[in-house]
Amino acid sequence: MEQELEIREGVDRETIEAVQNMGSYKYGWETEIEMDYAPKGISEDIVRLISKKNDEPEWMLEWRLAAYRRWVTMEEPHWALLDVPKIDFQDLYYYARPKSMEKKPRSLEEVDPKLLATYEKLGIPLKEQLILAGVEGAEDMPEGERQVAVDAVFDSVSVGTTFKAKLAEAGVIFCSISEAIKDHPELVKKYLGSVVPQTDNFYATLNAAVFSDGSFVYIPPGTRCPMELSTYFRINAENTGQFERTLIIADRGAYVSYLEGCTAPKRDTAQLHAAVVEIVILEDAEVKYSTVQNWFPGDENGKGGIYNFVTKRADCREARAKVMWTQVETGSAITWKYPSCVLRGDDSQGEFYSIAIANNYQQADTGTKMVHLGKNTRSRIVSKGISAGQAQNTYRGLVSMHPRATNSRNYTQCDSLLIGDKCGAHTVPYIEVKNNSSRVEHEATTSKVDDDQLFYCRARGMDEEEAVALVVNGFCREVLQALPMEFAMEAQSLVAISLEGSVG
Amino acid sequence: MSAVEKATPLDTRLGALEIPAGSFAAKARRAALDRLTAMGLPGRRDEYWRWTRADALSAADPVPAAPFVTDEVPVFDGLDRLKIVFRDGVFDAAASDPFALEGIEITRLAEAPELGWAAGFYGSLEEAGQTPVKRPFAALNTAAATDGVLIRVTGRPSKPVNLIYIHESDVSDPILHHCVKLEPGAELTLLENGPAGARFNKVLEVEVAEGARFHHVRAQGRDHERRAVTHIFARVAERGLFKSFTLTVNGVLTRNECVITLAGDDAVAHVAGAALGDGAHADFHHDDTVFITHDALNGESRQVFKKVLKHGAIGVFQGKILVKPGAQKTDGYQISQALLMDDDSQFLGKPELEIYADDVKCSHGSTTGALDETALFYLRSRGVPVEEAKALLVLSFLADAIDEIEDAALKDEIVARLEAWLARHRG
Repeated sequence: MEQELEIREGVDRETIEAVQNMGSYKYGWETEIEMDYAPKGISEDIVRLISKKNDEPEWMLEWRLAAYRRWVTMEEPHWALLDVPKIDFQDLYYYARPKSMEKKPRSLEEVDPKLLATYEKLGIPLKEQLILAGVEGAEDMPEGERQVAVDAVFDSVSVGTTFKAKLAEAGVIFCSISEAIKDHPELVKKYLGSVVPQTDNFYATLNAAVFSDGSFVYIPPGTRCPMELSTYFRINAENTGQFERTLIIADRGAYVSYLEGCTAPKRDTAQLHAAVVEIVILEDAEVKYSTVQNWFPGDENGKGGIYNFVTKRADCREARAKVMWTQVETGSAITWKYPSCVLRGDDSQGEFYSIAIANNYQQADTGTKMVHLGKNTRSRIVSKGISAGQAQNTYRGLVSMHPRATNSRNYTQCDSLLIGDKCGAHTVPYIEVKNNSSRVEHEATTSKVDDDQLFYCRARGMDEEEAVALVVNGFCREVLQALPMEFAMEAQSLVAISLEGSVG
Repeated sequence: MSAVEKATPLDTRLGALEIPAGSFAAKARRAALDRLTAMGLPGRRDEYWRWTRADALSAADPVPAAPFVTDEVPVFDGLDRLKIVFRDGVFDAAASDPFALEGIEITRLAEAPELGWAAGFYGSLEEAGQTPVKRPFAALNTAAATDGVLIRVTGRPSKPVNLIYIHESDVSDPILHHCVKLEPGAELTLLENGPAGARFNKVLEVEVAEGARFHHVRAQGRDHERRAVTHIFARVAERGLFKSFTLTVNGVLTRNECVITLAGDDAVAHVAGAALGDGAHADFHHDDTVFITHDALNGESRQVFKKVLKHGAIGVFQGKILVKPGAQKTDGYQISQALLMDDDSQFLGKPELEIYADDVKCSHGSTTGALDETALFYLRSRGVPVEEAKALLVLSFLADAIDEIEDAALKDEIVARLEAWLARHRG
């Protein structure tokens, strides 16, 4: 009994600490580093220049140019419940690279210490401290230690990938996409654009034309990736758009868990981030993709912040493929993001767990698409939206059961929580059912923080902000539980931080 | 317009219309025409028409549709009511009852050169209902309606008013516009039945004043080939109550829009519908589009829509609850369910919430699937023949929607029609 009490106290203490640590945006600092920019604006020449800087083969350039030519004919989407200020696409830098990265370092030891220091400050295990110190054999850490391989992207380029050797032993390819284009052209050619075509939508097409770097993962047949993989995105340079492209391929029977994190300095001008993530999952393979999105959300008056316009899609291409998206969206001034699952293979499965928090003047329009094409496919959507301050938070989703997707199932739950009377919470689900052996269920609720629960917490000595953070964490529980362990901890404290100033 | 310029679908549509002139509504009609010209007719990429093609509704002329001939007793026939009959959209005085009923004033739109209360009212709720979503066919209706009834309710009339729409001509294309104004504390039950024409465009504007109560039950007739686009625009004041139920069986194309604003505190609005479609005889495409705005304290709204679809029938539901800033203590509920009786049928739904107040309770649910095999098996194991068991389960599936009808006699009338439909469409 006593022990149980202690544990509970421990949990309380932790929550209280998390709440006490609430400060303003923690990652708002800037690294002073000499940068190499492409000229401002976008044109065929800029596309050629990016391709040249990455030392790409001709076919890649052609691919980019085709995308660019399509993009100039396209219009920005206006259907989301977002108020997007006009973006001047000619007033952005499309390529920014630390000067020291001009010659690609052959190993992490050659990486500019300033860059490494940046990632260290962000708390990323880019290179375990031992390795950093140059200790021989540090990569062969004792078994049982938790290891995460990281690909770190700084503005337009990938600065380093850890544990490459160890992964190679298992046959796993984990590198930047620019390296993959050079070293594994057959895989890139086969899969790039096969999930998110060049011409998919305005932002994805822009990305296809100007993406500068990103991560590439290939897990060979029957392989369970020996460690979690992770990419860390950092926008540092001013007036720069970040356009990274991630391609993950899980071959037959493979498994990988992939984590993504992102931050940016505090600035009062907005910055554009238009990424594409493509995941190909073959027979019996499984991919878990978890994101903690913590781009700078703008200040409490809505100045600055990242415009996060992202296209993420997983293609369960063969039988019994499985994908799970988990996202914690706390950052960005504007979020436009719908990680989707194409359930093509029979018996394939898609899951989407999301927490989206919008505070102050943030706007989020996010959700998922579950496109059931194969027989006996299953999908599950759990979305928790929290709005505070003057923020607008929208869940937008599609569940589609094609005539051929017989005996399929979908369950969707969207809950919204409102904190304060100036914010908005919206739900826009699309449901299309074209066969009768499938079952689709959708539930949504909107409510405010429960007064009884708050009163209980207050009666236990918490102040109002602590109490709200605790109740909100409870509200998000189902999604937090779906996250990998270290992400769950981070997400939990982020939830508290993101809601700072929203009460009273 | 120069000969080189291509006529837009709206030009063509307007060219085929004759806009009645000279009455109290002339100003409202002109304004509606301007609205319509500004918005145009729904195009193929119109998000609000994502799942329903408007072509046949937009075309200059209706697709010919044969009236459905049956010797069956029309719905509501056994009830004591005041009958107002329109034959292909034309008022039939001989078949109608005299417009005399205590507590109620009835005038026809076509016969009201000057009518104080209706002058500012006609088209006003339709106009308000054009934001945030455009409803071109409603504007077209306000501009071009040839007739309709203008009802002002001051008391509690002893019996319901029944609008009966008879379809006789293959090419009739009636446009009717009704206005109903309930004064404080008044109460009215309005019944509507019949298909009206080959293509029917109808608008019903309802103002429910403080503490007034409005009940609406309609059955859209049994014609297989008819097409219809209907709009209800309602505004409910403090403690007012608005309840509407629609039964739709058959019909190539039906789009029923319902736009309600809860404008006063403690107002209540319930909208329900049961649609049964069998694509074996003719296409069946049924679209319920509902938009409820909460703009006052403590409002309650319910949307209950059920569809039973077979042989390629298509059901669409677009429902929305909008809670405006300050509309605290709102209780909004929405459920849309479809029963797909076979693999050809489709359900397409978009149950939406847009909420700008925090102290609210809003929820929606939507399910789509086949009949519950376990329940069917249970009934059969108890000796119920399979078709009867199916009918029983379908009726229980529809029960929540039918329960929205308060009057027991009306409810029985509707259930009887449902049972008859199920008996006719076995297998």
